[in-house]
Amino acid sequence: MGLSALAALTACGGGGGGASVSEGTGDITFGSNQSDAVPKAAYQKIIDGFVKESGSKVSINTVDHNTFQEQINSYLQGDPDDVFSWFSGYRMRFFADQGLAGDISSVWDTIGKNFSESFKAAATASDGKQYFVPLSYYPWAVFYRKSVFEDKGYEVPTTLDQMTEISTDMLKEGLDPIAFGDKDGWPAMGTFDILNMRINGYDYHTKLLAGEDSWESDQVKEVFNTWTKLLPYHQKGGLGRDWQETAQGLLQKKSGMYLLGMFVSQQFQDAEGGDALKDLDFFTFPEINPDYGTDSIDAPIDGFMMSAKTQNGGTAKKLLEYLGSAEAEKINADADKGLVGPASNMDTSNYTDLQKKAAEVVGKAKNIAQFMDRDTRPDFASTVMIPSIQAFIKNPKDINNILKDVEAQKKAIFVG
Amino acid sequence: MSTLTQKTRPAKARKVRRYSTTDRVVLALMLGIPALVVLAFVWGPALGSVFLSFTRWNGVTAIQPVGFQNYEQIATIYPPFWPALLNNVIWLLVLALVATPLGLFLAVLLDKNIRGTRIYQSVFYLPVVLSLALVGFIWTLLYSQNQGLINQLSGAHVNWLGNSDINIWAVLVAASWRHVGYIMVLYLAGLKGVDPSIKEAASIDGANQRQTFFRVVFPVLKPINVIVLVVTVIEGLRAFDIVYIINKGTNGLELLSVLITNNIIGEASRIGFGSAIAVILLVISLVFIVTYLVQTFRKEDAR
Amino acid sequence: MSAATLTPGEPDSARDGAAAGTAGAATPGAPLPGSRPSRGGDGGADRKAPLRPGRVILHVSLILWGAIWLVPLAWAVYTSLRPYAETAEKGYVSLPDTLNFDNYVAAWTQADLPHYFLNSLYIAVPAVVVVLFMSSMAAFVLARFSFKLNLAMLMFFTAANLLPQQVIITPLYRMFLSLDIYNTQFGVVLINVAFQMGFCVFVLSNFMKALPDELGEAAQVDGAGVWRQYYQIVLPLTRPALAALATLEFAWIYNDFFWALVLLRDGDAMPVTSALNNLKGAFFTDNNLVAAGAVMIALPTVVMFLALQKHFVAGLTLGSNK
Repeated sequence: MGLSALAALTACGGGGGGASVSEGTGDITFGSNQSDAVPKAAYQKIIDGFVKESGSKVSINTVDHNTFQEQINSYLQGDPDDVFSWFSGYRMRFFADQGLAGDISSVWDTIGKNFSESFKAAATASDGKQYFVPLSYYPWAVFYRKSVFEDKGYEVPTTLDQMTEISTDMLKEGLDPIAFGDKDGWPAMGTFDILNMRINGYDYHTKLLAGEDSWESDQVKEVFNTWTKLLPYHQKGGLGRDWQETAQGLLQKKSGMYLLGMFVSQQFQDAEGGDALKDLDFFTFPEINPDYGTDSIDAPIDGFMMSAKTQNGGTAKKLLEYLGSAEAEKINADADKGLVGPASNMDTSNYTDLQKKAAEVVGKAKNIAQFMDRDTRPDFASTVMIPSIQAFIKNPKDINNILKDVEAQKKAIFVG
Repeated sequence: MSTLTQKTRPAKARKVRRYSTTDRVVLALMLGIPALVVLAFVWGPALGSVFLSFTRWNGVTAIQPVGFQNYEQIATIYPPFWPALLNNVIWLLVLALVATPLGLFLAVLLDKNIRGTRIYQSVFYLPVVLSLALVGFIWTLLYSQNQGLINQLSGAHVNWLGNSDINIWAVLVAASWRHVGYIMVLYLAGLKGVDPSIKEAASIDGANQRQTFFRVVFPVLKPINVIVLVVTVIEGLRAFDIVYIINKGTNGLELLSVLITNNIIGEASRIGFGSAIAVILLVISLVFIVTYLVQTFRKEDAR
Repeated sequence: MSAATLTPGEPDSARDGAAAGTAGAATPGAPLPGSRPSRGGDGGADRKAPLRPGRVILHVSLILWGAIWLVPLAWAVYTSLRPYAETAEKGYVSLPDTLNFDNYVAAWTQADLPHYFLNSLYIAVPAVVVVLFMSSMAAFVLARFSFKLNLAMLMFFTAANLLPQQVIITPLYRMFLSLDIYNTQFGVVLINVAFQMGFCVFVLSNFMKALPDELGEAAQVDGAGVWRQYYQIVLPLTRPALAALATLEFAWIYNDFFWALVLLRDGDAMPVTSALNNLKGAFFTDNNLVAAGAVMIALPTVVMFLALQKHFVAGLTLGSNK
């Protein structure tokens, strides 16, 4: 086989952006990454609602979350579903830029009024057009059990010093002050994000993750220095624990605070006859640099995109309009109490206290980040940052070397 | 194929037999079709990876040739690479020097015509039929730091899977758990084929069991040793699932196969870069295998 | 098959002659201490296996070893029989209040296991049949005839089996797209056949070489063509090796998830190994439920091994000893 043949073999697929999408109105398929019983049922209910309203036929193709993510590239270039689940941020823009996702600006003409500007911005790719419809989001914050704080008389900290103080108290009480589990590599990204936004501000954070500033900068070093000072309060052995096991520690009142996404509440849902969930509360990560206060938060948005290859863009867009409606968002938020619906006109009467607070905290934030693995190149996040942050946790003193490697790899990756 | 002959014992030196055209065509097809399948779907893509390893490509936009840049970066600024290479070597050595002898030892014990040998065999073989992904899951239940069986029973607080100094060994226990049974069955089969009269002859001569085994039985096992070695090398270089299930091959559990996967599967799409790691793994496999196969098959041919 | 099992005794087999020669040479020549015929009785006594102290020790150590070997599996089964709520409260290492099959029922329905079991069969069964058929043909040609490229071809096949899957996946995926077999079970069968061919050719050609050459010669005198030689004479004699390989290959193909991960798109077409992932939530994992699913998914290969155990060892025996 000659090289040219190989090149041909490997080069087919893909295509430029801006291709016009068919407006057919036939039956469509819907790619879902929700294989858990509860959200799966919620999606089914949403689709049923759409089918009833529109009379179109939609078949759901469910692939579990992990597999879906591992397949996404081959999926989009192969034979994707007409509408599929995905995430906002860089991850959305990447596929939009490659011409793998269809322009759905016309959908936003209809649903735009349901969402605030920040959600629209999160659905917009670099060409200024929209490619994404948000269904839900959740904040990353510090979770704790109200009863523990009451019993021991801890106050919710508003500055890093206060947080360190109660951490010291917790250590004395035999608690793990900061629950920590990073076996899968991504949870610790949340710690980096929030420290960086608190210390250096949202704009710097965005710039850094876009590859426009050096990882060896003083700002980044300051983030890791602060983190190093907090490490003694972190639960030991975090690299061998997944987040579920870590959450159990918080549930069993063995640890005091846990910085994680609101999905942590799923571990509390059935415990103690439902009382544990009521006892769960959170606060936004305390202020470090007064210049930035607590004006930023990680609140990743999940939603849907349309394949550029769809033959039935008409039906697909109608489905996306429905997915962006207050009705669909409510079905989802009612089913999963770890999420909040982004539609501003949505009926929130069924919200739990936690959901209400989440909507409020995110609503108050000036800047909303999407989480490191959604705000930077996915190849950089997964192949460079996961091992590097883990290396830092293992050996904080080596941070200068680690950052040197990160910067070198960043330069190699952020080329095209 | 002009010298096509029916295999005959060289000593007898028969004359070369001629075959009819039909027979030749049939033989060519019988060998040719399977060969084509392997060529098209295994060797072709392998060559494709070699080509891709000299490019930069995200799977979507145009392929850019970059020469040896990927290889250079792997060796210099990609920290997981060297640990992965080392781990692959450790993996191979542990399987070859610990698990394989254990399997052989078990086979020798079970070959002794003892009561219930079938039951013992099943017990030791059971882990082999499980997928490595499953093995990974089962051992996570045992190793888990706060809820795992081992720590809970022993009262220890060892971070089996999270401490990068020990997790590779913990995982190798799991991998060996599976490998031992595999090797046991292969050797058991080999031992069953050893003529008992050979052993008897040796023991009549007063050799003790160990001597009988090493001087008489083991040499006869040579053909099975080839299979065992091939199987062990495959398992050593291909090792993937178990580590991928546990932590996607990070934090001390880096393996070449996992690095390839992390770079080319999923969103990362550093296909050129991942392919370069693949080629490195390919070369290691081939050097090992070709040397060994040439040696083995040559000897056999010359028999 | 008896012809092949008996090879060590057959005087016209050059290899076994050599093996016997080794043994013969080692026996008288080796400087073994105390070569006295009086110890000869041991060999005979050994085979009747009376309960001597040595045997007791052997059994005790084997039972211990076996027990340790079973702990991980037993632990998974134990976990699978307990309700999540109980283990969440008391921890996994605790005595059970409740043991039942609820998790199995839940896994069976929640993960839609019957559906995925069928998918696995649709992939594994044709793949095993086709790979055994094709590789037996190739092995027949390679083992029973000699021509220039004999050795090279054998290496071509064997070495292909040793490549890690990741090495070929990207170009393979592109190829599947352009051949329009991406997201088809046919495609997954095809790559399994191609990928497993090497090992099968390797084992089968070893086995076929051990069959007496006279078989082919006799057939030729009868005027049988090569196809009849293969189909009516060699293939039936190869049955034990085919049975052994079928067991091994079934387990391998059944357990593989990598090909399906990259080459299939529809969740509905995935093999059962992926169903385990369906039980693991994105955010919440009930280990007890997953354990139950894991046990059920392992069952077919376990049953297959137990059923074919006898053939399994026999088939490999012949393959290895020619």
